[in-house]
Parts: sequence; C-alpha cells; structure tokens
Amino acid sequence: MGTKTLTQIEEEFETFQILNEEGEIVNEDAMPDLSDEDLQELMTRMVYTRIWDQRAISLNRQGRLGFYAPVAGQEASALGSQYALDKEDFILPGYRDVPQIVYHGLPLYQAFLFSRGHFQGNQIPEGVNVISPQIIIGAQITQAAGVALGLKKRGKKNIAITYTGDGGASQGDFYEGLNFAGAYNAPAVFVVQNNRFAISVPVEKQSAAKTIAQKAVAAGIHGVQVDGMDVLAVYAATQQARERAVNEEGPTLIETLTYRYGPHTMAGDDPTRYRTEEMDNEWEKKDPLVRFRKYLESKDLWSEEKENEVVDQAKEDIKAAIKKADEAPKQKVTDLIENMYEELPKNLQEQMEEYKEKESK
Amino acid sequence: MAQMTMIQAITDAMRIELKNDENVLIFGEDVGKNGGVFRATEGLQKEFGEDRVFDTPLAESGIGGLSIGLALQGYRPVPEIQFFGFVYEVMDAISGQMARLRYRSGGVYHAPITIRSPFGGGVKTPELHADSLEGLMAQQPGLKVIIPSTPYDAKGLLISAIRDNDPVIFLEHMKLYRSFRDEVPEEEYTVEIGKADVKREGKDITIITYGAMVHSSLKAAEELEKEDIQAEVIDLRTVSPIDVDTIIESVNKTGRAIVVQEAQKQAGIAASVVAEINDRAILSLEAPVLRVTAPDTVFPFSAAEDVWLPDYKDIMEKAKQVINF
Ligand SMILES: Cc1ncc(C[n+]2csc(CCOP(=O)(O)OP(=O)(O)O)c2C)c(N)n1
Ligand SMILES: [Mg+2]
Repeated sequence: MGTKTLTQIEEEFETFQILNEEGEIVNEDAMPDLSDEDLQELMTRMVYTRIWDQRAISLNRQGRLGFYAPVAGQEASALGSQYALDKEDFILPGYRDVPQIVYHGLPLYQAFLFSRGHFQGNQIPEGVNVISPQIIIGAQITQAAGVALGLKKRGKKNIAITYTGDGGASQGDFYEGLNFAGAYNAPAVFVVQNNRFAISVPVEKQSAAKTIAQKAVAAGIHGVQVDGMDVLAVYAATQQARERAVNEEGPTLIETLTYRYGPHTMAGDDPTRYRTEEMDNEWEKKDPLVRFRKYLESKDLWSEEKENEVVDQAKEDIKAAIKKADEAPKQKVTDLIENMYEELPKNLQEQMEEYKEKESK
Repeated sequence: MAQMTMIQAITDAMRIELKNDENVLIFGEDVGKNGGVFRATEGLQKEFGEDRVFDTPLAESGIGGLSIGLALQGYRPVPEIQFFGFVYEVMDAISGQMARLRYRSGGVYHAPITIRSPFGGGVKTPELHADSLEGLMAQQPGLKVIIPSTPYDAKGLLISAIRDNDPVIFLEHMKLYRSFRDEVPEEEYTVEIGKADVKREGKDITIITYGAMVHSSLKAAEELEKEDIQAEVIDLRTVSPIDVDTIIESVNKTGRAIVVQEAQKQAGIAASVVAEINDRAILSLEAPVLRVTAPDTVFPFSAAEDVWLPDYKDIMEKAKQVINF
C-alpha cells in the first residue's frame, strides 16, 4: 500500500534526547561539538536565568517590575536554542522569551524597562538582532518568515528564529508562517516551547495531533520533537536546523517538551486551578539544571563554588540593571506622540503642544 | 437585592441565560475550568457541563468562525475574546462575516452571537489588552456595541444581548470589574439595548459619555456642583446604535454639551455624537460641543497611562470652557 496512515506519521516523531534525567548521555552519536567552556557557559546561563527569574518574581511582588512571564523550567529550551545562533541571526520572541534576547545582546535593564511598560525597553540597540517580545500570540511567526526571506534575498548566511508556545501553535498565523517559509525555502526556524499549558488549557485540548512537531509535515518543512529539559538536545536540534536553513535545505519546526514551574504570568494566574501537584513534581524531576549539573560534575566541569559565583554575579547584575532602569526618565505622552509617524500630522502637532504643557506642570 | 460587582453581575447574567435557553453556549480561551482570566465564567462549566461551557484552542479567528457555524446550527453562542486588543485576530469573522450574515442571506440566516470581551485603561496591562476599539466596531453596520458602566446595567444588558438575534459586541471595562458594588436584583431582568441612561440630572451642561468615563464624569459633575454648575451626565450604555433621542432632549434643555471618551480623538464615538447634535439640535446650542478624549497615539505603554487617560479634571476643564464660551 502506498498510503501512510496518521499513526505511522505520528510514530516518526520520537522525542530527541541526548542527556537523560540522571545526567547520562544516552545518545552519544548526536552529541554536539561543544568545548568544555561552551558546556560551562550553557550551565552558567541556565543558573543565571533561574536566579533572574526568582528575582523578577519577587520584584514583581514588590510592585517594582510590572509585567513578567516566569521562565523557570524552560531554561534549557530557551537558552539551548539561542546558544546555537550566530549574532547576525534574528530573533522574534514572544513574551516569555526575554532570556533569549538578553543573551542575544539586549541589555538587562532594557528587559526590565519592557516589563515596566516603558518604551525605552523596546528600543533595541543597533547591532542587536531582535525585536521586542510580541504580545499577540502568533503574530511573530509570519513575521519570522518575512525576516528569513529578507535574509535570503540579501544573500546572508543567517536565519530568523521565532518562539511561541503550545497554545500559539493553534493560531492561524502559525500555519501561515510555516507554510510561507516552506514555500520560499526561507531560512527560518520555528521553536514551539510546549510547556503543556496555554494559561490553563492543556495541550491535549489544543489539537487532535499527538505532537506539534508533526505539523511541519503538512507545510513540507522539517519537524523535530526535542526533550526541552535537555539543553544538549535543544542545542543540537537548533544547530542542525540552522545549518539546514542557511544551506537552503528548508525551514524547521522544533517542538521542545518542557514545563513552566511558575504561574503563567504574575498577573493573578493560579496554576493550582488547572495543574496537579503530581504533575508539577513529575516535571521537576526532569529539571534541566539538575541533570546538566550532574553531567558536568561527572566531567569535573562544575562545582558548588562555581555555581555560587554565577549566583552572586546574577544578583549583582540584576541589582545594577534595576538601578539603571530606575534612572530612566519618566515616560511621557509626548515621547509616544513623537514615535507615531516620521512626520507628525496636524492633529498630533497640536496634541504635542497640549501635552507638553500638561507634562510641564 | 444583592450587592454585586460588575464581574459577578456578568457571571450571573450568563448563568441565567444558560438556564433559560439550552442553545446558549459559552466558549473561549480559559473560560472552562479556569473560569476565565477574570473569573467571569467562574463555576459555569461545573454547573452546566463541558457541553455548554468549554475551552477553545488558542485562535481568535477560529472562535469567531466557530460562533458563526454554531449559529447556523441554531445555537446562541456567547464567545469570549480574552482581551479586546486581540480583536484584530478575529476582525474578518466579526465585521466581514457575522455582521453581514443576515444581510447577505436576504434574511434567511442570522447570527445571534454575543462576543464578550474585557478592555479599558488604568490597569497597566501589556500592549494590545486595554485599547478602546469600540469605534472600529461601531463603524460596522450589522453590529450592536454595548459598554456598561455599572453592575446593574451590565447584567440587564448582557441578558438582552444574549437574547438579541443579531451580533452584539459586549465590552467590559477592566477597571470597573471589581472597583465597586451595586444593587443588582438576583432575578432576571433586561435593560434595553440602544437606550442611554441619565446617570445624573443637571440643567447647565450635558456630559455624554460611556464606560469608565461615566464615573470620571460623575466625579467631575460633583466637583462642578461646588462651583454652582449643574451637569447632566448621560451614559450611552450602547455606543452603536446611539440613543439620539435622550441626547437631544438633554441638549435642548441645557444648550451646552461635551462628549467624553477614553478612546483616542480621531474618528470614534464622540465624533459621531457631536455630529448628531449638530444635525439635530444646532439651534439649541449656546456653545460649540467639545470633546474630552485621549490623544491620537496608540494606547500607551503602561508607564504613561496615567497622563494619557482622560480624567475628571480634564472633563471639568472642558466643561468650564463650554460654559464660559
Ligand atoms: C492573540 C492572543 N490571544 C490571546 C492572548 C492571551 N494569552 C496570553 S498567553 C496565552 C497562553 C499562551 O500559551 P502558550 O502559547 O502555550 O505559551 P506559554 O504562555 O505557555 O508560554 C494567552 C491565551 C494573547 N496574548 N494574544
Ligand atoms: Mg504553553
């Protein structure tokens, strides 16, 4: 029979893993070519981000941060994929993808300003190839196809990478983005961080498809499901996807299986309404830091001392970044008017005067 | 009578209609087990089952299309768009499709759909959550657009909306959800769609407004009273269609008016109200009708919300300008 059944297709999407929960390499052949320093750097970033996440949550509770979407649990998925990028690759993040853009060059204090709803947080410095986090779920995905096509037209050997969640994979924009990138053979990588919930809605309710990765099939692009708690697997999958993309071998959809430990955002979400403690515990056993720490310790590449250094550094940096964010000038309506058009139309010219006066009081 | 917040009044209206009509279906992102991100549908799935109250995949355009399809099957969908800033995702289903269903089918089909959605400034949300986009909706023939300002009105209007046989956009101002309680009958009652309400009587000037600005306008009216100015405050409640009769009656009495909206100045509801007054009551006017609005920028990043949003002082100032004309 020449026909393939759905089950056969779904069976092809096995979860790609290199490092198991015990911190053992289970897929030696797939081991990426990373130096000891690279391995240590990956761990450093994950530890750093965990501390940053904790600080962000407590700053939010003190009313000093504003909008924040916790990332603990998703460090391997977020940071492993970013680590595979070239500085000239372009990131189109969602609201939970702030660590990726900070490691791509956005100063930390600007990430805090973004949280505080200050427009300067969105003013990406020259040479940092990112756009500020998208709030509209899915909007960044079709844009990523556009960035990728642009890179290709310019003859650059770079990719566009975009992130969304398991919920985001239900948006029309998701399918359109995959399809456009495929149709143009544009160098795009689409990462879906499947943390099993879209706010309260479990991934099983998003789709009849068993995996998100298999959605690549209909678009005619590559698809892979990765253990998103395994930083080595996420890195390797992204690195391969990147290679294919720049060699015009097609875009890739990467589904990372992960979990967010915290609430959806800090704006009143209560995960106990929709998740069980057993489920939380089960996922915490898969923790990306724990297993990678075990692995590095077994290779004598990590120690408590080293970890403490990273923790101290993170705390210090965060303190400095908050201080810098505090120093940002009070945001004015006139700043916003200024940024509406290249040349202000008459209505806004008048309003500019009106608000200048209002704000001078 | 019970004391209810607006969110409780809204839940209550849905509960009543779920009971009254087995064709009423409630769905949207997180509305089931989670009871909605604002808990507007709290307890409804438990009470009425997953057949009647259910989560959707995360796709607003899908929610819109699904509503139309269910309406074609005789259901009465009450979908939630989690925040109204996401309406752009579902604009075709709303303006391109459901608003035109009766018209393009020559009256054979209709869309008894009520889209509920939170919006409104002052709560410091991320981008595209708080925008006042009622003007966009009001420009679409075939839709009705409701914005209640009190728990009492919210319950009565939501029941009317759900029973209405045409599509209704029901916008719930986030700032009003829990900011105060109101006497709300526990039994069912309706408030007529398309009917404004005089929230305060006065003889010197008419303030026409809706949504959270009703409360800012009432506060302004209180302050103006101290200066011996009696302001009448009209709450439109429905911004499309507009209750022209109530406005004109009041303006004929006071001879002066301002229109207050939280939305930007360009186009919009306030401009329509001013035009209606000019069309119908120009000879009663002692002064031009002025508007209090937000400036013509995109809704501000949260750190600038406080200055951007009109407040009662802006309203007082504009009222005095008209009085002293
Ligand atoms: C177009 C749109 N619809 C709805 C929302 C509200 N919303 C914010 S996050 C979220 C759930 C997203 O879940 P998922 O894609 O799985 O990402 P996660 O938050 O789990 O990282 C929802 C419904 C939004 N921001 N944009
Ligand atoms: Mg998710």
